[in-house]
Amino acid sequence: MTQLSSTEIENDVAEAGPQPDKRREAWAGQLAEALDDGFVAHHIIAGSDLWVRVTRDSWTDAAIAARDLLGCQFFDWLSAIDWLPSPYGRDMDAQEDNPQPKAADPMEQGHAGGQTRFQMVVRLYSIAEHLGITIKADLPNDDLRIDSLIQVYAGANWHEREAWEMFGIHFNSHPDLRHIYLPGEFEGNPLRKDFPLLARRVKPWPGIVDVELFPGEESS
Amino acid sequence: MTAVGADRRQQLAYVATQAADARLNVEIETEGMTLNIGPQHPATHGTLRLVARLDGEQVVEAEPIMGYMHRGYEKLAEVRTYPQVTTLINRIDWLGSFANEVPFILAAEKLMEVEAPPRAQWIRTVLFELSRIANITLFLGDMAVQLGAITPVFMAFRDREFVLNQIEAVTGGRFHPNFDRIGGVKDDLPKGWIEDTKQAMEKIRDFCDEFEDLVLGNEIFQSRSRGIGIVPPAIGLSYGLSGANIRASGVDWDLRRDGHEALVYDQLDWKVWTHPDGDSFARYWVRLQETREATHMVDQLLDGLPAGPIMAKVPRIIKVPAGEAYAATENPLGEMGYYIVSKGDLVPFRVKIRSASFSNISITPWLLKGVYVPDIITILASLYFILGDIDR
Repeated sequence: MTQLSSTEIENDVAEAGPQPDKRREAWAGQLAEALDDGFVAHHIIAGSDLWVRVTRDSWTDAAIAARDLLGCQFFDWLSAIDWLPSPYGRDMDAQEDNPQPKAADPMEQGHAGGQTRFQMVVRLYSIAEHLGITIKADLPNDDLRIDSLIQVYAGANWHEREAWEMFGIHFNSHPDLRHIYLPGEFEGNPLRKDFPLLARRVKPWPGIVDVELFPGEESS
Repeated sequence: MTAVGADRRQQLAYVATQAADARLNVEIETEGMTLNIGPQHPATHGTLRLVARLDGEQVVEAEPIMGYMHRGYEKLAEVRTYPQVTTLINRIDWLGSFANEVPFILAAEKLMEVEAPPRAQWIRTVLFELSRIANITLFLGDMAVQLGAITPVFMAFRDREFVLNQIEAVTGGRFHPNFDRIGGVKDDLPKGWIEDTKQAMEKIRDFCDEFEDLVLGNEIFQSRSRGIGIVPPAIGLSYGLSGANIRASGVDWDLRRDGHEALVYDQLDWKVWTHPDGDSFARYWVRLQETREATHMVDQLLDGLPAGPIMAKVPRIIKVPAGEAYAATENPLGEMGYYIVSKGDLVPFRVKIRSASFSNISITPWLLKGVYVPDIITILASLYFILGDIDR
């Protein structure tokens, strides 16, 4: 049992805090240099995470650079985000779904920004450095296509099939773009925000009042 | 049997020995056949279907077919409040349910910039390790039963019960605890629990010793698992293999030690086990060592359990500030993580669930190429997947 005293823990944290930050900044710098115009923006949360946004054309280049320059050998996951505000109510917390689509809220993209509705996200990780990176790329609204990462990371295969089926994003030169979870005749792309969740439409959600008492707290 | 028949048999035996002696290479052309395993098959732990095209005894191409249990948690999480999501994600890896909740809660805490008090983090870590034991003990018995040894699975179910009882005593649920909360844990440990858990850990250690002898020392088990399904580290990493699967290929990486999440592993004295071989035997071996290591970790955690509150100050109605966060932990099956996109509402805007088995099993089309039919079972069993963790 090597329990550290509290002062030691504090020192440890204080030292570890700014250090990974420099490493993340260095990573972002390396990628910016390697990708040149393809590098759009980046966002760092100190001691926590790094986001990089690249153009669609440099999507595979970014993955190759991350693998070869940054040493991100580990393919963590790949997915997409639909930034469209849900047309069925903002919170989805009403007793009943809003059957009439209301005026949409303005679209807001997250860290490292974005311009379009669909954004690809891939997460890569360096086993040696113990650092992860999240790479994003915007997809034009009228052309949901992006290059496949299978040549860079073999594991991207199934993740891209999932993204294809859930968001309707097409992956160029993917050898095997078939349904992975849904039955073959399924229509629609369930994780798009405008795909209605039918269970919510037919039955009101009973769980809206859901406040739990804290330990030792009396109900009033 | 007539004399002619006996002659004929003699003749055939003679031809056979001649053929063997001369090492005659006769190309036996067999028609390819398609073997369908599952969706209901004991070797699939649920409903994984495997379609294998065979050439004689060898697999030409094998493809897992999933989705028989797809429940759409990523979509459902978008219409549930944060505390309600943990109920869903309990059911992803149902053998170590508590471990599913932790990375989600950690990601939400990251966004809220809340930190659980020390005692809550210690309790979390204890339950996390108990989930690991509950999960992996079943694997240890299950892989043996798939290789033809019936007894180990009964022993695994018997001894796993001690751990499940302890989890139930704290959380009230044997399989779906739903115990982790943003800012802490639901309840404190019950009276007398620490002693009981230490006794249970003794039993699990005995179980591990017994299995080391009974299964790992078994000649049949060794001959069926050594050199079968070898995963080279670089290929494993590019497929996203994590957890014991990649440690069995000699990659020294464990998110409990190397991750940045707020659990208390850095205050324990423990070791990450790796094995250089990368075969099915190595995967079994690593998991067995990890189970034993986990019992020692639980003992240390119980000895060092700090006093104090078990909940941080969080609002009654939880609204998570806008932002994005990814948190991943070393779950029994491998790296499990949640990428949460929040827009400052009661519900998450998008939750991406990174489950270990989905990536672990994605290597099977590559790994099963050219293996013999009985080895399919060995390889699938040793990669160890839970269907809920693949299909989500």
